[in-house]
Amino acid sequence: MKKFQLLLTALIAIALMTSCGGSGKEKASTEKAEAITGAGATFPQPFYNKIFKNYSSEKDLIVTYGGIGSGGGIRSLKDEIVDFGASDAFLTDAKLAEMPSEVLHIPTCLGAVVAAYNLPEKPELKFTAELMEGIFMGKITNWSDVRIAAVNPGINLPDLAITVVYRSDGSGTTFIFSDYMSKVSTDWKENIGTGKALQWPVGIGAKGNPGVAGTIGQTLGAIGYIGSEYAFAQGIPVASIQNLAGNFIHPSVESVSAAAKGEMPDDTRVSLTNTDASDGYPISSFTWLIIYKEQNYKNRSFDQAVQTIKLIDWAISADAQKETTKVHYAPLPESAVTKAKAVLSKVTYNGKALN
Amino acid sequence: MNSEKIFRYLLIGSGVLIVFIALGIIATLFVGAIPSFKEFGFGFIYSSDWNPTQGRESYGALPFIIGTLVTSILALLITFPFAFSISLFLGEYFKNGKLPSFLRSVIDLLAGIPSVVYGLWGFYALRPIITDLGLNAQGFGIFTSSIVLAIMIIPYASSLGSEVISMVPGSLKEAAYSLGATRFEVVKTVIIPNAGSGIFAGYILALGRAIGETMAVTMLIGNSNRIPTGIFDLGNTMASLIANQFGEAEGLKYTSLVEIGLLLFIITGVVNYIGKLIMKKLSA
Repeated sequence: MKKFQLLLTALIAIALMTSCGGSGKEKASTEKAEAITGAGATFPQPFYNKIFKNYSSEKDLIVTYGGIGSGGGIRSLKDEIVDFGASDAFLTDAKLAEMPSEVLHIPTCLGAVVAAYNLPEKPELKFTAELMEGIFMGKITNWSDVRIAAVNPGINLPDLAITVVYRSDGSGTTFIFSDYMSKVSTDWKENIGTGKALQWPVGIGAKGNPGVAGTIGQTLGAIGYIGSEYAFAQGIPVASIQNLAGNFIHPSVESVSAAAKGEMPDDTRVSLTNTDASDGYPISSFTWLIIYKEQNYKNRSFDQAVQTIKLIDWAISADAQKETTKVHYAPLPESAVTKAKAVLSKVTYNGKALN
Repeated sequence: MNSEKIFRYLLIGSGVLIVFIALGIIATLFVGAIPSFKEFGFGFIYSSDWNPTQGRESYGALPFIIGTLVTSILALLITFPFAFSISLFLGEYFKNGKLPSFLRSVIDLLAGIPSVVYGLWGFYALRPIITDLGLNAQGFGIFTSSIVLAIMIIPYASSLGSEVISMVPGSLKEAAYSLGATRFEVVKTVIIPNAGSGIFAGYILALGRAIGETMAVTMLIGNSNRIPTGIFDLGNTMASLIANQFGEAEGLKYTSLVEIGLLLFIITGVVNYIGKLIMKKLSA
């Protein structure tokens, strides 16, 4: 009998504790910020983890970032449960209209999508846009195809079936890749299109960058696309791709950064794929943090808003940008930093400018 | 007296809570699937199109329903001879001793291995063998997944069977022996008719497990969202599709995934119901 009473008391205690926890969360508008929370894209997560950790220890402020995917990041911001979201694809005008209030995009670094393959003798291959279309749409099915040989003279290409490997999970990597393909191939644009997940005419689906890289590594004759940060870190052999200017560009931190040198709109929402920069790698992309322009939402305190903006301002500073290459991303070029700062200066609290 | 009452309320409370949670899950799936149902109607079930590209969105569950049923039934067929032999071995031929207890622990161990580890094993150990045998070019596909599933469900298919076989009354068996029956005849005429429904229940349990298995299948089936043309072709299952595409899904795709979840739930329910019907027939 005593046991049951004890159990009952414990249950009541737990119920009381949870209900108290709920009411204690209401924040006064003057309260000091203790923690900043963000969520979103997994692609830049290693970079964010690194710089946020540095920031946390310097400023005595807890910054947490959840890599839940770009879609999740946008949803979390829409639900107003985070201080900032993160996305590999900028919000389209239609998506922006769905958000409760105006959203700003701040680019933080650049990444790319690379074509990795598994061939005996590990040759260094070059691909034109036509070859990319042919291979990834299943029109070229063998490595010994004359069309591949024509672009890669002097390379011994084996008589081996091509196995295309793609991401089975929805991914910003797929989005960037298909965004490029849609720009360079009308057939791709009309029949496959752009998106985080696609209807593939050929190939095998594998989960995540490690899944795709693993499947390529295990399958002779395989080709697939991988996030550059993963390919660079693992030292996976990747193809040079011909850009708009006609140059074959090997993906590297420099060539990815160079892709962002072109014209850029003031809201920083720009697709860098198929860049016109002559030394830029054609499948590059910004990744963005997204925040509300009006920072007073859901009872956020003034200090919470100030700390959030300070953090993001720091993320695009030279101090944080020098960390990009250590985790295999490309830093923002100077022109992009200037634009990003201009966007940040628009942030308000109760309609008044913060900076 | 008081403690009796409290005990009763606790029992009733937890029982009712479980019912509410189960109903709540079904309700969530139903509500979440409504937009998709409104868009596609019953065509969702027999459409084979899965196109998530914006502007061309069209979703159908048929490739995944087929993939799910084919992989799990094939797995059950592969596992059947092994599971049945193990049941007989442990339930009738060698009930006690060191070897049977060792075998029993090994089978329990199979049940305890996380499915992602099965996936890894399939990816690195089984796939090259499938490729070498020339069954399929890359070693991925329905057949590879089914083999791994078959190994995963052996414990479920065999343990209930060996349990009921060992519970067949000794008097019945002795009567058969005294009439001059051989051991094989005893198995055929006494044990199987007596333990049949229990053995069968084990297979239904195993099938249910195979239908819902996600991770190992995702790693091996090739995740191609088309109707498979044969057992060596690539495919995808309902559970694997949900696990893969949930993260970045929104709008119509999100609700279509929820509807797939609802269908998966219904299929599992139907399989269990059919299993119960057959068990009733067998034991009657």
